[in-house]
Amino acid sequence: MTRQPVLSFAGVSRVYRSGETQVHALNDLTLEVAAGELVAVMGPSGSGKSTLLAIGGGLDLPTAGQVRVQGVALEGLSATALAGLRRDLIGYVFQDFNLVSGLTAAENVALPRELAGMSVRAARAEALAALSEVGLEGEADRFPDQLSGGQQQRVAVARALIGQRRLLLADEPTGALDSATGQAVLELIRSRVDAGAAGVLVTHEARFASWADRIVFLRDGRMVDTTGEPDRAEQLLAS
Amino acid sequence: MSVKFGLLALFVDGPKYGYQLRTEFETRTGGTWPVNVGQVYTTLERLDRDALVAAQGANTEGRTIYAITDAGRSALDEWFSTPVTDVDRPRNELAIKLLMAATTPGVDVATVVQRQRTESLRMMRDYNGLRRAANEADDVAGVLLLDSVIFALEGEVRWLDHVESTVLRRGGRLAVPARTRQATRPAAEPVKTGKPGQATKRTAEEDAR
Repeated sequence: MTRQPVLSFAGVSRVYRSGETQVHALNDLTLEVAAGELVAVMGPSGSGKSTLLAIGGGLDLPTAGQVRVQGVALEGLSATALAGLRRDLIGYVFQDFNLVSGLTAAENVALPRELAGMSVRAARAEALAALSEVGLEGEADRFPDQLSGGQQQRVAVARALIGQRRLLLADEPTGALDSATGQAVLELIRSRVDAGAAGVLVTHEARFASWADRIVFLRDGRMVDTTGEPDRAEQLLAS
Repeated sequence: MSVKFGLLALFVDGPKYGYQLRTEFETRTGGTWPVNVGQVYTTLERLDRDALVAAQGANTEGRTIYAITDAGRSALDEWFSTPVTDVDRPRNELAIKLLMAATTPGVDVATVVQRQRTESLRMMRDYNGLRRAANEADDVAGVLLLDSVIFALEGEVRWLDHVESTVLRRGGRLAVPARTRQATRPAAEPVKTGKPGQATKRTAEEDAR
């Protein structure tokens, strides 16, 4: 890959210890995700998919190896610097949305910008623009429990996309949604990646994984296979 | 079979000549199943012979024009109203390969499944890319055809997941049914429950079936 990776894992391992027992959640994983690239991660339960996302998003640190986001090594950062990098560069979408129930859709989306020091008014303006991008401009002042599951996930996507986030990490973002709504969420993630973000999508559904540029398979914390990058369309049509 | 009725269906909206059929067939099937001119004319002759179409004379360029007959309409109605059954489909090579892998000693089923899953998802990813790039308004036939391929691959991947979990739950291998085991056992190797002669005789009987 010639492009500068937005996310890079170099020989990353994560070992969890419980008494005498050691569990290798990730085992010497090397992976790069470039700007404009969506990588899907598949694998059975316990294969390390969510650990990969947590480490890529700076929510957890590796036991060995190095993780970089936009060239910055995460393990050397102070807690404050790490929180700032997560807030400014990384957007997370979770299966269960993780919206703050006491805040409206707009307030949920604006939250990371306000935490970054932006004025309430400016943050709201950005939030409304982000909600408009996901087709929810009319729902800005509703609370999460007044929204359908699909709408809540679109709010979560808007929150993940607000600002200049360069890395989008999605953990089963379609898991709680019906097929058509799930597809709409994938379209949003895909369009943001096409606009220049790097994306990692954890999913167990082939249909959604096939929206990625590359699909990697984990088993027991190791990458056991990958589809590689897309063939050219002409080759596909000729086959 | 599908080319024959596919071409016959093209006559429903009016009489046509042979070369026209080729172009229309490819347009209406999204260009995925090219048919050569020879195949079109051979099929057309067969449709004419079976009285499903009839020659209506020649156009100004001297090409013979054909139209669908009442018998042709009936045959087409039957084709559309009859579901495709298993016997109409080619054998599923993937299913045969996986079942043999699961019952053959020394084959790592998980690896066979993973290689196939990667390939199926690679194809799904590529066809999905074409699907996203396609303009549904301009080429609805092509888009529906891509959907057909994508849905089939999705089913394949789900089945692969199912095979993997089923085989792994049974310790990585499927047991060969007892009758087949006896049939494939070398004649010189007696089964534990009977005399060597009996085992050999049973094997021969099994082979005869």
